[in-house]
Amino acid sequence: MTTLPASTDRKLGLVIDLDTCVGCHACVISCKGWNTENYGAPLSDQDPYGAAPTGTFLNRVHSYEVQPDAGAAQLIHFPKSCLHCDDAPCVTVCPTGASYKRVEDGIVLVNESDCIGCGLCAWACPYGAREMDAAAGVMKKCTLCVDRIYNENLPEEDREPACVRTCPAGARHFGDFADPESHVSILTAERGGMDLMPELGTKPVNKYLPPRPKDAPIDILAPLLEPVAQEPKGFLGWLDKALSSMPGGTK
Amino acid sequence: MHPAPSVIIFTTLSGLGFGLLFWLGLGYPAATGLNAFVFFTIAYLLAVGGLLASTFHLGHPERALKAFTQWRTSWLSREAWISVIALLVMAVFGAGLVFWGTAITALGWLGALLSIGTVLTTSMIYGQLKTVPRWHHWSTPLLFGTLSLTGGALLAGQPKIALPLLAIAGTVQILYWIVGDGQLRTSGTTMETATGLGAIGKVRAFEPPHTGTNYLLREMVHVVGRKHASILRLIALILMVGLPILLLMLPFGPIWAALAVLSHLIGVAVSRWLFFAQAEHVVGMYYGKR
Repeated sequence: MTTLPASTDRKLGLVIDLDTCVGCHACVISCKGWNTENYGAPLSDQDPYGAAPTGTFLNRVHSYEVQPDAGAAQLIHFPKSCLHCDDAPCVTVCPTGASYKRVEDGIVLVNESDCIGCGLCAWACPYGAREMDAAAGVMKKCTLCVDRIYNENLPEEDREPACVRTCPAGARHFGDFADPESHVSILTAERGGMDLMPELGTKPVNKYLPPRPKDAPIDILAPLLEPVAQEPKGFLGWLDKALSSMPGGTK
Repeated sequence: MHPAPSVIIFTTLSGLGFGLLFWLGLGYPAATGLNAFVFFTIAYLLAVGGLLASTFHLGHPERALKAFTQWRTSWLSREAWISVIALLVMAVFGAGLVFWGTAITALGWLGALLSIGTVLTTSMIYGQLKTVPRWHHWSTPLLFGTLSLTGGALLAGQPKIALPLLAIAGTVQILYWIVGDGQLRTSGTTMETATGLGAIGKVRAFEPPHTGTNYLLREMVHVVGRKHASILRLIALILMVGLPILLLMLPFGPIWAALAVLSHLIGVAVSRWLFFAQAEHVVGMYYGKR
């Protein structure tokens, strides 16, 4: 049923630490590796070894340059997958009931045997979290590795989403946001975890931790050092003067 | 948004077909017998043809019947219901006219209401999407509704109704464009709110997640062809409104009327192409694109 539950018993989701992410794309690969052979249709690629390869991914890493008013620009790697929104617009637009949000843990899933592949849910998602698989003709999205987190056939340390398990930097954390004592709740509270596009009112469960402020440059020796010559001398000095004096030369 | 031919054909044709059904339901023209049969056949071919075209882009058209289940929340599901009910009601009304020469007036009015209701639910499939600020406005259902009624009146051969409606449709279309051009800015969504990094400074997309294209870019970040938008807007207005008005001003004849309908139809299709091609989806922010 595409009516959203009034509340969910648990709110499982991810905390993504933008301060720690190194942009290695390991989460992208482990996600594709796990999900192409487990829940639902495989994540197909089209023309994978040709001139214009494309494919279905449930997790992608963008990189942004952020320029503060003063100081050097920062490069921030930005993993993005389904945020399992409390007010998920992708669920309510679904005409068939294939999309739903689970009451027990808040995970947003697609029942692929009901999906007609109309693509409206992907239009309704502001985050680009849903991609239609070109081979299967059904909508694919992050399942929060629902087939890992409850899977008693796996060793206990593997019972978390593949992206979290694989992250070599520890930039991804999985837990229950409904529990104020959970490590994801504490992380969010202490580091000022934020929502993406809060103005759209989707109430995402996943939170992003903003990059920590950069240290101010402290270089106690710099004032004591000889200044590096700014004026060229010798041949270069002559060349500089000669070129500057030519018509159109820069002084 | 990607201007897929299937959705342009669907919204253009079914809009025209349900517009004609609206006027037939109200008794314009009050045709009976064979005459009514021709009018109803044209209306059904357009309306049903359009609805069928909408299934072309489905990944699994064989499961299309499941789309009737979620009318509580989904405008697409509501559209499926209202369109089928409208077609059934108008079929009974039409049969009365064709075979018995009697107009069941109340049924006609109900059918007319359901027909325009179908067009409005179609428009709400787009109008509901907060992710496409240009569509998320009351002017979207207004535009779809007005164009449907105008095309329907033209096709029903009612120049007295069609002439003022053409003028109104032109005005609504211009209003939609003026409002739409400012909608993304008004929505407040920027790369800074999309990434949450605005507190640090100005955000620029440095490196996309993939070297090639993907479903998101193909489907929702369609920017090619927008450079001709202003010329296409002019063409749409001339074909959709200007030329039909001129043709209707001429001494009324079936050939001029047919030309007016054809010109209007092509104009609406151009306007619908722009409706999709110019609509910016906020997911483009993550790619530094509009």
